[in-house]
Amino acid sequence: MLGSLAAPSFALPESVQGALGGTNNKSAVAAAMKHFGVTESDLKKVLAAALEKGGDYADLYFEHTFSHGVSLMDGKVNNCDANIDFGMGVRVLSGDQTGYAYVEGVSMEEMLRAAQTAARIASSGKSVKPVGFKENVLKNNRYSVVTPWEEVSLKAKIPYLQKLNDKIFALDARVRKVQARLNDATTHVLFCNSEGVSYYDYRPMVSYSTVCIMEESGKMENNFASRSYRKGFEFMTDDIVDILAHEVVEKTALLFKAVKPKGGEMPVVMGAGGSGILLHEAIGHAFEADFNRKKVSIFSDLLNKKVCDEHINVVDDGTIPFNRGSVNFDDEGVEGQKTYIVKNGVLTSYLHDRISSKHYGVAPTGNGRRDTFRNVPIPRMRATYMEAGNVKEEDIISTVKKGIYVDNFTNGQVQIGAGDFTFFVKSGYLIEDGKLTQPIKDINIIGNGPKALAAITMVADNDKIDNGTWTCGKDGQSCPVTCGMPSALVSKLTVGGES
Amino acid sequence: MITEKNKILAQWVMDLALKNGCQSAKVVLYANSNASFELRDAKMDRLQQASENGLNMSLYVDGRYGTYSTNRLEKKELEGFIKTAIESTRYLAPDESRVLSDPSRYYKGGKPDLKLFDSEFYAINPDRKVELAREAAEEVLGKDSRIISVDSSYSDGESSSYCLTSNGFSGESKTSWFSTSASVSVKGEGDARPSSGWYESRLFYGQLPKEGIGTKAFERVLRKLGQKKVQSGKYTMVVDPMNSGRLLGPMLSALYGSSLQQKNSFLLNKLDTQVASEKMILTDEPHLVGANGARYFDNEGVATERRAVFDRGVLKTYFIDTYYSKKMGVAPTISSPSLLILKPGDKDAAGLVADVQKGIFITGFNGGNCNSSTGDFSYGIEGFLIENGKLTQPINEMNITGNMVTLWKSLVAVGNDPRPSSSWQIPSLTFEGVDFSGL
Repeated sequence: MLGSLAAPSFALPESVQGALGGTNNKSAVAAAMKHFGVTESDLKKVLAAALEKGGDYADLYFEHTFSHGVSLMDGKVNNCDANIDFGMGVRVLSGDQTGYAYVEGVSMEEMLRAAQTAARIASSGKSVKPVGFKENVLKNNRYSVVTPWEEVSLKAKIPYLQKLNDKIFALDARVRKVQARLNDATTHVLFCNSEGVSYYDYRPMVSYSTVCIMEESGKMENNFASRSYRKGFEFMTDDIVDILAHEVVEKTALLFKAVKPKGGEMPVVMGAGGSGILLHEAIGHAFEADFNRKKVSIFSDLLNKKVCDEHINVVDDGTIPFNRGSVNFDDEGVEGQKTYIVKNGVLTSYLHDRISSKHYGVAPTGNGRRDTFRNVPIPRMRATYMEAGNVKEEDIISTVKKGIYVDNFTNGQVQIGAGDFTFFVKSGYLIEDGKLTQPIKDINIIGNGPKALAAITMVADNDKIDNGTWTCGKDGQSCPVTCGMPSALVSKLTVGGES
Repeated sequence: MITEKNKILAQWVMDLALKNGCQSAKVVLYANSNASFELRDAKMDRLQQASENGLNMSLYVDGRYGTYSTNRLEKKELEGFIKTAIESTRYLAPDESRVLSDPSRYYKGGKPDLKLFDSEFYAINPDRKVELAREAAEEVLGKDSRIISVDSSYSDGESSSYCLTSNGFSGESKTSWFSTSASVSVKGEGDARPSSGWYESRLFYGQLPKEGIGTKAFERVLRKLGQKKVQSGKYTMVVDPMNSGRLLGPMLSALYGSSLQQKNSFLLNKLDTQVASEKMILTDEPHLVGANGARYFDNEGVATERRAVFDRGVLKTYFIDTYYSKKMGVAPTISSPSLLILKPGDKDAAGLVADVQKGIFITGFNGGNCNSSTGDFSYGIEGFLIENGKLTQPINEMNITGNMVTLWKSLVAVGNDPRPSSSWQIPSLTFEGVDFSGL
């Protein structure tokens, strides 16, 4: 049924490309059903089987993903990879309880087997019949592509890695090694549920990244730079090559001048952009409603309470065009949307999936996302950022007598219940008497979510989303996200360093 | 489970690849299944079950190299996929170091079964599995008014794979695992809801501890109530066996050919030099029967063997696969370690703590990272203050910062309590003079 997938460059059957590319939304679900080799009557039968033990709700999630990678090492583009992933998952809800099973084939026998396994979560014996089959038509595609990755051969991608390598070497004589990589993925999602909602979503993704290794006076340092969007091949331009090359060289070179600071509690100025990692870790995860409905988040009793300065607004947004974290629909049929989680300093909304929105009796927020068809949807962030404030970054820095400025990060983590979060600072600067002085590097910062949020005392007007390749992990599931922030002062965090 | 049909398909894929332009190839077919039952407050929250099958191929085409994978195993579709893969690979630059391993290095078979698969796997009653998770929760539910939530789970799985190379290797591996866990959240100070957990995991169902998991999780969360940070400074650090492997990770990453050849390793050019204290005696023991991680061949098919990694602090080996061996012009060793054993001492964590006058006992890491070029690290931690050999104040929201080589040179004691069933058998460890930042 998917025989024609074999066409060169791993393309889709031509007959369905138009509809699947998002240009003709009207018949998208019909075309997608054809692509996956299923009919409306098949789907209804599987949904009915899923509910035969008395579940309240069931959904089917079909996924077909084509991913490619190509990389450069030692000046040569000499390694590539490709993967095809295909399957469908059946979920059954009975109250807050979930039954889930997936299969890698879509024969009636396989789908029914999955449905019967997932159905076992319920034992009410009550009979629920799936209702109708109505397409949720996409009104505003947030990631329409000009040139789909399925139509791009490896040959066309190679020059962008070679150019990046050459540019980086040309920029600095201290460069010893360059690694460059281009990943693209195209995911086709067909969804339907027992409430009669169905949709098709075409999800492109590209990530272009580089690692630079430099040597100075016998010392080695490395750093990385990347950009990621839901875009097609039109993303690849000479400009993006230049931007990445300059960024990675500057970031790596800075490390030779950098030292480890003296550790302890101090004011931290978060530079605009990637500092959104603070929001992601300090509050974003703890606002995810699965933790709150289970009462295990430090924010479980703080809904509608003031949690920080009244000038602060924090958003989790699935609607930014081409953003890595954007979703036309989440993975359980809810339209992508922009959600204020903190408005005027008040915690206004958790990030909901279907289970939690029902639990709280509120409208879903479109945060029910899954890694692949192998996983159940759970509340996940999208693009999480703070809106602009009204002061200048330099005015924030000038208020700090002794502290640090940080703007380049690698990773973070949080304990949802205790609220302790951390993020790792790849580089930044000391602040001495209101001025940026000595560069610093390789230190972890640790704080407590509610306390850190309450300690944000100044927010600048330079709001910025960081479009690096941010990937969030939760319950063993990976999820593409982004984060952003204007420069802001956190009056006290614990900074790693020497004593 | 790998079937005869799977093996025939793997051979078919190999033949097709060679017929359509590959000079050599490696084909791996895998089959996995897993099931999990997650309970909240002893009631079923989520049940999940699935099995999967897929194929990975490494194709060598006219001196060029690419890797391809799919879970679409119909022959007609595979044929198109493989032909397209071969065409794509031809666009790449040649890489003369990309070759299959020399056949003389392959595992040739004939060794005794490593006993990694429980033949009872399919016979265990699913109701009993749910009961195990329920019992873990019931050990603690209702025992204390501070308890907010108890999550518990039972999960198991099997994975098997079959590997075939065009220059004569074929090998099969199969393993099972069984695991139970519990996590308890309690009301803490203010809005805090600290949680902690415990888990047990074994390759054989019969060996899986079936009691005490909930109790242990509850003890672990209770003892950390009242956490706060203490004064910054240098402390002796004892790390428990749940967490000691975290500190070994960067030392091992620095030993791979991929890091060394890219000059991205703080242990570059350090073979046969002292990079850790004499207490650091780490050996790769791939042939221990019934032990997680044991294997007779690596992912290239190369025969594994017992190998000293650090001997009394002296670095004895790098992990060099066929590719990096050619690229670096050095002899290959093995692509990765299998089952690492740090030579144990004679005390458990409590014994190591008892020997410390003033220090910090680490029971959890929270984020952090290590610079792969320099070995400089900084990690968030939680644990306990040690005063006169006793755990006193629970600690959180602090960082440790230092350099990996300096740290491992300050290793003064090794415990005897590695986590069973871990492929890294790393006991509790004591390090002197570690920088902690807090107040």
